[in-house]
Amino acid sequence: MTAQVIGSEAQANPVKDQSQLRQKRMIADHYKRLSTAREDGRKVVYTFVPGNLTELLGALDLLPVLPEINALQSGMRGKSAGYIAEAEKAGHSEDVCSYVKCDLGMSLKGNLGPTGEKMPAPDALLLSYTGCFTFMKWFEILREQYQCPVLMLHVPYQGDGSITPEMRRYVVDQLRHEIVPALEKIAGKKLDEAELGRRLAASARAEDDLVKVWESGKKRPSPVDGYFGGVYYVGPIFSAFRGTEEAATYYQELRTEVDARAARGEGPMTPDGPMGKEKYRLVVEGPPCWTSFNDFWHMFSSEGAVVVASTYTRVGGLYDTGFRHDPEHPYESMADYCLGCYTNLNLPSRVDLLERYVKEYEADGFLVNSVKSCNSFSVGQLQMMRILQERTGVPGGFIESDLVDARYFGKANISNRLQSFFQMVEARRARKDLPLPPPVEGRLLQLGRTA
Amino acid sequence: MSDPAEASLQKAKELVEDLDFKHVTSWKTEHPGALVVGHLPIYVPRPLFEAMGCLPVTIFGGGDQLDVVRGDSFFQSYICHLPRSTVELGLRGSLDAFDAFVFPSTCDVIRNLSGMWKMLFPKKAVAYLDMPQNFSPELGGRFYAAELRRVAAMLVQSGAKPLTSEALSLAIVHENQRQALLDELQALRTQEPWRIRASEAYLATRAGTQLAASDHSTLLLELLKGFRERPARAYDNARVVVVGSFCEQPPFGLIRTLEQSGCDIVVDDFQLGLTAIRGPIPLREGEEPLDSLVRAFLVQGTPTACRYVGNAPKGQALLTQIKQHRADGVVFLAASFCDPALLDQPMLEKALDDAKVPHTSVKFSENTAQFQPVREQAGAFGDSLKLWGGRP
Ligand code: SF4
Ligand code: SF4
Repeated sequence: MTAQVIGSEAQANPVKDQSQLRQKRMIADHYKRLSTAREDGRKVVYTFVPGNLTELLGALDLLPVLPEINALQSGMRGKSAGYIAEAEKAGHSEDVCSYVKCDLGMSLKGNLGPTGEKMPAPDALLLSYTGCFTFMKWFEILREQYQCPVLMLHVPYQGDGSITPEMRRYVVDQLRHEIVPALEKIAGKKLDEAELGRRLAASARAEDDLVKVWESGKKRPSPVDGYFGGVYYVGPIFSAFRGTEEAATYYQELRTEVDARAARGEGPMTPDGPMGKEKYRLVVEGPPCWTSFNDFWHMFSSEGAVVVASTYTRVGGLYDTGFRHDPEHPYESMADYCLGCYTNLNLPSRVDLLERYVKEYEADGFLVNSVKSCNSFSVGQLQMMRILQERTGVPGGFIESDLVDARYFGKANISNRLQSFFQMVEARRARKDLPLPPPVEGRLLQLGRTA
Repeated sequence: MSDPAEASLQKAKELVEDLDFKHVTSWKTEHPGALVVGHLPIYVPRPLFEAMGCLPVTIFGGGDQLDVVRGDSFFQSYICHLPRSTVELGLRGSLDAFDAFVFPSTCDVIRNLSGMWKMLFPKKAVAYLDMPQNFSPELGGRFYAAELRRVAAMLVQSGAKPLTSEALSLAIVHENQRQALLDELQALRTQEPWRIRASEAYLATRAGTQLAASDHSTLLLELLKGFRERPARAYDNARVVVVGSFCEQPPFGLIRTLEQSGCDIVVDDFQLGLTAIRGPIPLREGEEPLDSLVRAFLVQGTPTACRYVGNAPKGQALLTQIKQHRADGVVFLAASFCDPALLDQPMLEKALDDAKVPHTSVKFSENTAQFQPVREQAGAFGDSLKLWGGRP
């Protein structure tokens, strides 16, 4: 799972903000570096978004590739259907995560990355096993393909809703005794701890600014969309750039731009231009559907619905509950970062977080987009909805789709459900005594293929 | 002439089919004050619970005998069936006699179900047990030992006896005795598959997930005696390994269908939870038995879809198994939407292709009622194995 949309034309803001231009440049440069990595003698490490160790890789001069991001990019560029078909032809089940199949299909078709340049094969696969079981299988499959070492970092799950000293120690010890030495071997050099510290400090600055951007969603109108716009905002911090000065500058710029928008009383920018009057303030749980990202966004923005906070934008790091990378405690804070990613929280903690968002961001509805691919996200969402509705008194809505398998995006169906949801929010706002909608019954749901 | 194994098989069948867990209630009556700990598949270290006076009982969902209504309403259509029927069992009160629940780190479904359970049944003790994916004693081993102590502490809080080294050593001895008998059962099956049908071995093994190790040993001794004494005629069927149904269980009728289709299932992973550690757990002089339990998990763990294999080639363990049990082919039998099994399968298929071992694949759900397509597919597969052979 990841949340990053990199330099995509999808954000069709005619007048690009400084931060947007910067992000686009950063990404283009990164893909350029990757495309010449072999000639330049640089080593490449594939890794996942939740629990990524970008500062560490950067300090060792290793280039990260995030297969989830390639997959979502392929989805946005209309390439995922072909890639998924290729993987299914090669024996991968229709039932499993479409990110995996999209990535495998991409590599079977020549491994051309989002910019059309060939992606280098990995020198190692850094398996940060954080918040999702599929990650392990994904890299087992890639290892068969690339015949390169896998470095496993097992990040325990917050089963009881907290990080215990034993959990932290386990991750720290793996980092110190296995991951760092293995990465040093691949990099061919020792880790410069001072450089790691500098990078962690840059991360913390970026994290501070990002949190301010998130919190601006509490304003009325919200100057940001914390879901559709939010996936752009997390681009640098969830991927190859956390810990770089450039990413820190990006977040500084972004924060300034958002503050300025808020001061002018403006809402967020959308693919159709500036958002009109803010009618609904929503909290969203679950990932977006990348293959129809703009259509999906339009269904909200055209109705005046702004997502003031979302959980998907916390899968690569949960910063608004206080966590920051800490150069004074590099290993401990890297461990806490991994342990704290959203899908590594147990269900009660996820409900608590959503409740907090609904209340603090004064949302008048919450919506679950349940994706077929992702058990990590999806299992338990129907129960989460019931509890959340009881606790917050605001109505919940439920839609289903998939990340990059367009066969599961039923546009008309989703649009109809959203319409009824908005009507319900409207009605409840007018009359608080109206009953909340009955719980969504899983047995009545049948996510079918549309094609 | 009556089958000397029949009475014991009937006992096993009753345990397996008892969706109201009456045997759990009876056990509690016989053991006043002792706790029953329900756990989800695949593996938990059962001796730990037994040492604390608890009865560990595996909950495999509701199979095809349970009408799932309320449980279904909690899950989307693209999630496997086991959590639905498990929630159904909980909501209909079938698990009321259980005092605590342990959810091992098998997959994201069981992982998230642990949180759902906490919210659905707030009065019950619930633990998520994270098995290490790092197998170094100083790293994964230390963490796992802490996990076991944490779960033990939760059980003590719920009224279980505190863990002592003596009790744990004894529980490990009992577990080792059971394992030796399970090995005997497997050896007999490999040597003389006509003597024990796969469905019978299934009942014999699965019954043990509802019993204390020593009670299971008693049952296994009876069964082994019965199997050995029953008249049987040797024949030469195609021999297959069944892989992929280690959690949600195929309906009993489906296992019967497979074995009637002309293949002998000489080995399977239906009850992986009881065979997740290979060989006896060694108890060493001067070592805490908890550390023995941990070490066994680290170094004797059976490679499964849920266990990281490190840099060892994928499928190696399956090929060894095929050789060891002289199998001709493999039937992949995964539950629909089972990520671990379905993500593992293409890698195993590739290893089989490279070794020229024939294989076929079938998906099921625990409440599948249509066996005819499976009958046909497995029949055709068995015929092809007999015609062209497959043994590598
Ligand atoms: S299952 Fe979910 S978290 Fe895991 S890789 Fe797929 S989308 Fe990401
Ligand atoms: S059947 Fe598979 S996916 Fe479902 S709970 Fe079991 S292991 Fe997990």
